[in-house]
Amino acid sequence: MKKYTYTEKKDTRSGFGDGLAELGNENDNVVALCADLTGSLKMDAFAQAHPERFFQVGIAEANMMGVAAGLTIGGKIPFTGTFANFSTSRVYDQIRQSIAYSDKNVKICASHAGLTLGEDGATHQVLEDIGMMKMLPGMTVINPCDYNQTKQATKAIADHHGPVYLRFGRPKVPVFMNEPFEVGKAITLQEGSDVSIFATGHLVWEAILAHEILHAEGIHADVINIHTIKPLDEKAVLASAGKTKCVVTAEEHMLNGGLGDSIAQVLSRNNPVPIEYVGVNDSFGESGTPEELMEKYGLNADAIVRAAKAAIARKA
Amino acid sequence: MPSIAELEKISSQIRRDIVRMVHAVNSGHPGGSLGCADYFTALYFEIMNHNPSSFTMDGINEDLFFLSNGHISPVFYSTLARSGYFPVKELSTFRKINTRLQGHPTTHEGLEGIRIASGSLGQGLSVALGAAQAKKLNGDNSIVYSLHGDGEIQEGQIWEAAMYAAHHKIDNIISTIDYNHKQIDGDISDVMDLGDIKAKWQAFGWDVMSMNGNDMQDVVTTLNEAKTHLGKGKPVMIIMKTEMGQGVDFMMGTHKWHGVAPNDEQLESALNQLEETLGDY
Repeated sequence: MKKYTYTEKKDTRSGFGDGLAELGNENDNVVALCADLTGSLKMDAFAQAHPERFFQVGIAEANMMGVAAGLTIGGKIPFTGTFANFSTSRVYDQIRQSIAYSDKNVKICASHAGLTLGEDGATHQVLEDIGMMKMLPGMTVINPCDYNQTKQATKAIADHHGPVYLRFGRPKVPVFMNEPFEVGKAITLQEGSDVSIFATGHLVWEAILAHEILHAEGIHADVINIHTIKPLDEKAVLASAGKTKCVVTAEEHMLNGGLGDSIAQVLSRNNPVPIEYVGVNDSFGESGTPEELMEKYGLNADAIVRAAKAAIARKA
Repeated sequence: MPSIAELEKISSQIRRDIVRMVHAVNSGHPGGSLGCADYFTALYFEIMNHNPSSFTMDGINEDLFFLSNGHISPVFYSTLARSGYFPVKELSTFRKINTRLQGHPTTHEGLEGIRIASGSLGQGLSVALGAAQAKKLNGDNSIVYSLHGDGEIQEGQIWEAAMYAAHHKIDNIISTIDYNHKQIDGDISDVMDLGDIKAKWQAFGWDVMSMNGNDMQDVVTTLNEAKTHLGKGKPVMIIMKTEMGQGVDFMMGTHKWHGVAPNDEQLESALNQLEETLGDY
């Protein structure tokens, strides 16, 4: 059993901001657009270092997506920045027609995703974004788990040709990932034979905590970080599920359309095993602290432990 | 450089192509296509600096055109084919299964000359502005052109883009609105009145010009004059008056032919009014 520790907590959005700032220095074709949330998206460093390549669009997200699509014509690599809700549902048709269907190399970077946005409440807590974006043909969907992985992912997608949705968040969470990042390649964090836990985003740390709790009870879990939800690393999913014979998925997202759906589809076609889901069940969020919300909506280590035991109990 | 008479011969052939394409599949949008045939002809055969025989998506050091009101795809496809982007005979595949000439333009099938999908309205101005900014970043002094329907500017995104263009002083774009005053449900003033569109665009910080889009001389002269307005810190908008269905008498003066194809008899009547100048596909 590997031991994961952390010495500091940082927000994943800062991983994005720092990654973008480095990209700005390394690649002249990288440009950035922001819809009046430069500070919230941590895009200040890029904007100050490269004002000629930073485009403030004001509170006009639809236009931002179109301008980004246009900037690719001529070889630019645009990174758009706004909250996840305004990066997806508000501009779905612009992304669909001008970016996805038009095969444009735009990186849609979305902060404040999920319940951990906290006190602002349900108007801003998008829980449907992964589903919306993964339904678009050709769209890559990435939900990194900590500062380090978000920074790595931000840099990696500049070299990945095609539209990408990069989802990250607001709260400070443990910084623990040191494994190399590759788009589409799942990362095995713990190995066990009793149950597979596939987690994405903020739930990855919770999955590591759940692993410790289960381990103390003599239950051994595979813990796999699915940072890229589309294209899904089907090989990693099938290998783990084939070994453990039961599965838990964990995500800060609606059950409909989320990571769990993608994994269930792969398993139902290839190797149907019991699956338990940790996610939000057909509900909007609400105001509260991130911790209170994750507890209330069952998105933490305790919920993963319960789901793991339920999945194991269903094994034939 | 073609004369006005030569340009008019090209636009006559493009109009024949439009009605034949739409008739062949009993679907498509002839009205707006016919109205804009002179504008497309002037742009692609006289005004733009472009390389039809070696199309690249990035179009470095070329003028670029974006069609925002994608439903007038027949005039776009005919113009592209007639100017050498792809074989003219491919026009016969319009809207048929496995075609590159989809009902609305798309990059998805690799059709030369298309740089963005359009059809869902209101998105093309934003895209054109982004492309214009990419040209500035690349030190490319070429010009970006875009065309929009008048009904289309009822979409809110158009005004987001209008504001953006002026704020960022995007002065390497010449946009045009096809002001035929008609949309699917009827006259613009009955469906959703645009009011004083010249004043609206001026208020949004654009340099606004106007022209008669069915007078080839006026189209060429105005587009050339518009080029002299570039580089002065303002985007340029041309309000182009056209007649929906221009060139086919029974399609003019009504919104009925926005999205309706002619039957066999109507096709014959239309073709009798349009001289075959370059050979039908």
